[in-house]
Amino acid sequence: MTSAASNTAATESLLRFDTVSLNFDETVALDSVSFEMCAGETRVVLGAAGSGKTTLLKIAIGLIRPDSGRVYLFDQEITGLKEAQLFDIRSKVGVLFQEGGLFDSITIAENVAYPLLNSRTHAVPLDEVEPKVREALRFVELEQTMEQFPAELSGGMRRRVGIARAVVSEPPLVLYDSPTAGLDPITATTIMALIAKERDSQDIANLIVTQRYQDGQLMANFRYNRTSGHLEPASSNGGAAGHGSDPARTVFMVMKEGRVVFEGTQHELEASQDAYIQKFVPKYS
Amino acid sequence: MEGLLDFLKPPVAGLQDFYILSGRALRNLFRGPHYADDIFIQMDAIGVGSLWIVILTGFFSGVVITMQMSRALAQYGATGQVGQIVAITLVRELGPVLTALLVAGRNASGIASELGSMKVTEQIDAMRALGTDPIQKLVTPRMIATCVMLPLLTIVADFVGLLGGYVIAYFSIGLPSSQYWTNAYQALQYNDIVQGLLKPFVFAFIISLVGCFYGLRTSGGTQGVGLATTKAVVVSSIWVFVVTSMLTRIFVNLN
Ligand SMILES: Nc1ncnc2c1ncn2[C@@H]1O[C@H](COP(=O)(O)OP(=O)(O)OP(=O)(O)O)[C@@H](O)[C@H]1O
Ligand SMILES: [Mg+2]
Repeated sequence: MTSAASNTAATESLLRFDTVSLNFDETVALDSVSFEMCAGETRVVLGAAGSGKTTLLKIAIGLIRPDSGRVYLFDQEITGLKEAQLFDIRSKVGVLFQEGGLFDSITIAENVAYPLLNSRTHAVPLDEVEPKVREALRFVELEQTMEQFPAELSGGMRRRVGIARAVVSEPPLVLYDSPTAGLDPITATTIMALIAKERDSQDIANLIVTQRYQDGQLMANFRYNRTSGHLEPASSNGGAAGHGSDPARTVFMVMKEGRVVFEGTQHELEASQDAYIQKFVPKYS
Repeated sequence: MEGLLDFLKPPVAGLQDFYILSGRALRNLFRGPHYADDIFIQMDAIGVGSLWIVILTGFFSGVVITMQMSRALAQYGATGQVGQIVAITLVRELGPVLTALLVAGRNASGIASELGSMKVTEQIDAMRALGTDPIQKLVTPRMIATCVMLPLLTIVADFVGLLGGYVIAYFSIGLPSSQYWTNAYQALQYNDIVQGLLKPFVFAFIISLVGCFYGLRTSGGTQGVGLATTKAVVVSSIWVFVVTSMLTRIFVNLN
């Protein structure tokens, strides 16, 4: 499992939580959460509704400030930074929000162009914006919707536009908040396949928050094959396609009432005897 | 004592948050980037959008004041002075307050529901995640637009109100045109004009910032948006009355 590639990649820390806690009035949203995420890693965060998944993701990019603890993004502590200082570092992270977060007053194309046009660190030349937007939308197979508005699309299509916007600036880290919530099983699988495809074509690190175990299973066991252009079971092509395709690089994390109650591989997750954790793992798998 | 402190904590914390928002919105006037397009869109929504209702309300206030006052003045045989009363009540008080209340009803609610929907669909978070300051992009343009449009709308309301008064004075009471207009014109002093324009300017800050404030702190889904909208209208209307009383008190003493 430990190829040379994954060893060198593991040294680079992308996101680190150090005993982070947050309360909303009486509610405990996060309770001493600590973990570290490294380059090339896919981290799947499972947990019941209200267990603090969205809160964790928003704290990771400084949208919410924790009550205590420290957060490091790309090895830089962000806990004490001012909003203006956060803008630079956030532009290296793509985010898909649970509620979509698409701007409904502008078109799909303008939405996807937004990260390119508003980045303060790496301004993209104007003539490169259009092709990049087109490419990102083609990736999620929605090139034809460029001039439409978010309200005119279906829920699944909006989710795909959200993915296009999250990845258009090719950030090294992408956070997905419940990408399959509220979708039918077929659309959900399509969305996860897109996320896996994006991960394996760019070697991007992903943090995926979800309530569905199948989403994590797909990320852990399937790889996008760049040559064939298909999603394939990971075992069939071994570790040959780069460090992003090492199954050990998918880490599962389970949250319960603001605490991390499990962190480990899919194997360890399935072997767990804890009643709460077992609820996330379908028996037949 | 403990109980009292707990009771006071939310309103005090809320007021503090409101000051912080207002401070940031004002500071952004002097810092880039400026979103001119958004300012014009808001000016259109607030100014042009409210024009007809302001004209209608202004006209009928003038009509009603003239009808009521001419009856009262008749007791002193001073019906001829009605222009003076209409001018002073409209320019000093009713023009600014009525216009502000209309705009609070139309636009504080509109602003709160728009920003509230953006909040619950995480568009505000997305904006921050993508390097845009929501206060700069959403609050400051609305504040500027309201501060420009509300005084203009008030001038329109004042003028149309005087016109409404004139229609009654001329057709119903039978005053000569020149008497009504000269009387109205001469009644107005520098002080009245200043207070008649300062008030809408101050109200504009209240309406836009209260609307933005409740919009941005919306929580709890679509239900929360409705709640934020109602609060924005109620609170901004109350503040319009409180502030107009304070300002009137200051200006009355100045004379
Ligand atoms: N803005 C807020 N104000 C008050 N409480 C909040 C706020 N945001 C979250 N909470 C509370 O914090 C806890 C964690 O919420 P969070 O949104 O992180 O859950 P989640 O795991 O994302 O749930 P879901 O799967 O339903 O999206 C919940 O109890 C929630 O009620
Ligand atoms: Mg959530």
